[in-house]
Amino acid sequence: MKFGILINEGPFTHQASDTAYHFTKAALEKGHDVPRVFFYYDGVNNANKLSEPQADDRNLVKLWGDLAAEKNVDLVVCVAAGMRRGIKDENLADGFRISGLGQLVEAGMGCDRLMMFGD
Amino acid sequence: MLHTVNKSPFERNSLDTCLRLSKEGSAILLIEDGVIAAIKGTAESSKIEGAVANRPVYVLGPDVKARGLTEDQVIDGVKVVDYDGFVDLAEEHGAHNAWL
Amino acid sequence: MAEYEFDTEGVKKTFTFMNRKAPYGTVYALEVLETVLISAAFEQHANIVFADDGVYQLKAGHDTADIGMKNFSPTFGIIEMEKEDADEDEDIDMNWRIIVEKESMEARGLTEDDFKVDVEVIAAAELADIIDASDCVIGG
Repeated sequence: MKFGILINEGPFTHQASDTAYHFTKAALEKGHDVPRVFFYYDGVNNANKLSEPQADDRNLVKLWGDLAAEKNVDLVVCVAAGMRRGIKDENLADGFRISGLGQLVEAGMGCDRLMMFGD
Repeated sequence: MLHTVNKSPFERNSLDTCLRLSKEGSAILLIEDGVIAAIKGTAESSKIEGAVANRPVYVLGPDVKARGLTEDQVIDGVKVVDYDGFVDLAEEHGAHNAWL
Repeated sequence: MAEYEFDTEGVKKTFTFMNRKAPYGTVYALEVLETVLISAAFEQHANIVFADDGVYQLKAGHDTADIGMKNFSPTFGIIEMEKEDADEDEDIDMNWRIIVEKESMEARGLTEDDFKVDVEVIAAAELADIIDASDCVIGG
């Protein structure tokens, strides 16, 4: 089954990105496809390569990037939401790309399920 | 449809609205702070005690444990699942509706 | 960076856009509307639902001058126009519904006349069926 993932919150204030990550990982390990994760609202902050979490805590920016590289997941950051929040090519973490909101609608159209994680 | 609720019933009305705007028989999974609704003996327990009578209700175990709560404290009839179980529920129950 | 190509040719789904938060206190209301408008480019069916404090998004007379924020309520006029175009043009296969939950509206002492655009006021039990029949739910 194809799962599209929508993440509406950043990696620190809310648990949304953590839950989405564990869900995505579990789905991939069960043999499902997760072709695209779309980052909207403050979710775009998951793609900020300048963020430096404390060494003894998880680093979701890196975890998402690693998962994308390993499992070929398309990590898309909303261009409009990103611009407002200062997420641009200059500080975009590895594994992410910036594109339009149409990519979210497409994920909804093209996947069997669209899973939303937010606050 | 699989409904998820990630807010404590002590904090917001997300569970109330989920119960009001979802069909009887559709599944609810409590995640993140939403797991607080699944705990026995609180001033808010009656909502999920009522819900288990007419629909399947699940709670995400890792979120229960993280908050210092145990499976023994979960309301009877609520099934505890892990992230694998979350994926299975999403597969089985159709579209996902996240009540934030 | 593995760009994925979806085959969406001929795909027609029903999206429910769930608006449950009051305007201006958070950005959710504004950014959901942007998604609604983008979905029109893909000619998808949409239920644009307002419940809980989300009903205040539709209230006529937003005046944000003194809080210094952009008033986004003109966007509802654009959404209403898109809906009317789709309703009138036989070549556009897109059914949009702007729905207010009756219980949420009444709980806040509002009536249909308080809203900026024409809406369908639907009771929770019937609205539950409409939401349940949708393929994707997006909200903030």
